[in-house]
Amino acid sequence: MAKRIDVKDLNVFYGSFKAIEDVSMTVEPRSVTAFIGPSGCGKSTLLRTLNRMHEVIPGGRVEGSVRLDDADIYGSDVDPVAVRRTVGMVFQRPNPFPTMSIGDNVAAGLRLNGMKDKKILAEKIEASLRSANLWNEVKDRLSKPGAGLSGGQQQRLCIARAIAVAPQVLLMDEPCSALDPISTLAIEDLIGELKSTYTIVIVTHNMQQAARVSDRTGFFNLAATGKPGRLIEMDDTQKMFSNPTERTTEDYISGRFG
Amino acid sequence: MSSTTGASIVDQARDPLGNNTPQGDRASTGRLGDRLFGGTAKGAGVLVIALVTLTAVFLLSQALPALGKNGANFLTSTEWNVDGSNPRFGIANLLWVTVASSVIAMIIAVPVGVCVALFITQYSPPWLSQPAAGLIDLLAAVPSIVYGIWGAFVFGPHITGLQNVVNTLFGWLPFFGNETGGVSSSGTIFFIGIVLSIMVLPIVTALSREVFAQTPVTHKEGALALGATQWEMIRTAVLPFGKPGVISASMLGLGRALGETVAVLIILSSLANDTKWSWSVFNGGETFASKIANNAAEFDSPQKSGAFIAAGLVLFILTFVVNAIARVVIERRKAFSE
Ligand SMILES: Nc1ncnc2c1ncn2[C@@H]1O[C@H](COP(=O)(O)OP(=O)(O)O)[C@@H](O)[C@H]1O
Ligand SMILES: [Mg+2]
Repeated sequence: MAKRIDVKDLNVFYGSFKAIEDVSMTVEPRSVTAFIGPSGCGKSTLLRTLNRMHEVIPGGRVEGSVRLDDADIYGSDVDPVAVRRTVGMVFQRPNPFPTMSIGDNVAAGLRLNGMKDKKILAEKIEASLRSANLWNEVKDRLSKPGAGLSGGQQQRLCIARAIAVAPQVLLMDEPCSALDPISTLAIEDLIGELKSTYTIVIVTHNMQQAARVSDRTGFFNLAATGKPGRLIEMDDTQKMFSNPTERTTEDYISGRFG
Repeated sequence: MSSTTGASIVDQARDPLGNNTPQGDRASTGRLGDRLFGGTAKGAGVLVIALVTLTAVFLLSQALPALGKNGANFLTSTEWNVDGSNPRFGIANLLWVTVASSVIAMIIAVPVGVCVALFITQYSPPWLSQPAAGLIDLLAAVPSIVYGIWGAFVFGPHITGLQNVVNTLFGWLPFFGNETGGVSSSGTIFFIGIVLSIMVLPIVTALSREVFAQTPVTHKEGALALGATQWEMIRTAVLPFGKPGVISASMLGLGRALGETVAVLIILSSLANDTKWSWSVFNGGETFASKIANNAAEFDSPQKSGAFIAAGLVLFILTFVVNAIARVVIERRKAFSE
């Protein structure tokens, strides 16, 4: 199921603006990797290159390679649609489809894959909602609109929607930044459970969150505004937070900037 | 009642009985500016309702005497003789021609308009979509009769050929039959439907483009991140988001088609008074609007003008019903469109 991600010499552009420079890293399967760093250093940008969502933005362009278990997802014969079915994504702001019911939201990806069988759909909806720790809260109102849920529930609905299609990797871009502390905890618990099945990469602004949920942490920074972001250091989370190699990492983690 | 945004003396001064407090969404503070604006808005609202009511009362009072003298069934008769002491008139034909031509127009204009709007907002590259959007908005501002004339000239020479093809393929349907021999005429409901579709196309396209362009990026990316293709993304994110807007746009277009006068007057050949009823769109006739315009010279007695006003009332109600249905459709999905 879960796959390893190998990023090599990655440069990412918005038009002529280089947002990320020379990033190389490895993300182990069945682990949680956190990206931290000050605002604008390219964490979201890098995350979006991992499922080829970056190129959706006009002018979005990537140099270098990203491999999923040795298969280059930027290979010339690779369909980005297929990549996105393998690498799921949860966004910063919960974005359930507003015109769909809760159940249909979860089933959306399955339907895109051509799944029509009502019984299997119902089973998968339940299984996904259970994995997202949302089943008990919504089982009586699956046909109600998803917009009626609280922010935290909507975000878990989006997680359920992402895992319903059984991806290999789950990308999360600050999934808790729009949520209250209790919903945040619910999602952090969920991440802990999901990592036994998926490779998870999470961007977070919250250092404590990175320390709590992740196995490995990558710290990004940029030399100055307008300069591309770089990966400064990546190591086991424990080491990053207790004894980082780089000076800037320590400064950032101890709250001296950012 | 004091306000949360700052109490002023006027809040308390004039309210001994507890009525006359600011209502509405309760955001009003009861200050002079608020009360002035609230009063003006209320006055305007009352005025509009009063005007509509008075118009309806006036029209009814003009129409009822004529309807009382009518020797035929007003709703089901196809006759139209409003002269003399025994007038016989009915709107069956007018209603059919009006509805049929407008339906043909919408069947053509809405899908084409939606496709063009989708192309401009979702498929075309930025260097094309920007100017195209501006152009469409400009086109929508041009009086529709310009397109009507263009359509009539461009399609006029080919219309009988097209009607022949449709008749051959679908002649087994009563709508496309040729019992009146209309296939070889260019004054048909079918032709005016096509011309009307060209006339309403710009407004339908412009409004649809507007709503499609407003689809939140988060919805679109949500679909794409699930592995949707471009078209699947449009189906899961753009179309559902734009649906109420497309319905509104269609209603606006339909309103124009139902009420279009001059183009119909020019193109559609009217029928003799005793023509046999036919469901075929390869047939002439008159719409409400063209009937009234065609006979403006006849409004010389209360009885005659009353008959035409009665016909106009039906158009009024028809438009009203169509809009009400659209409202219901939009409202029903409201819970799902936050
Ligand atoms: N759609 C875009 N078009 C152009 N530049 C962008 C776009 N999105 C982000 N950027 C730029 O790319 C850089 C990295 O942004 P981002 O990845 O969002 O940072 P982070 O998520 O770490 O806060 C920033 O300088 C930002 O201004
Ligand atoms: Mg970001």
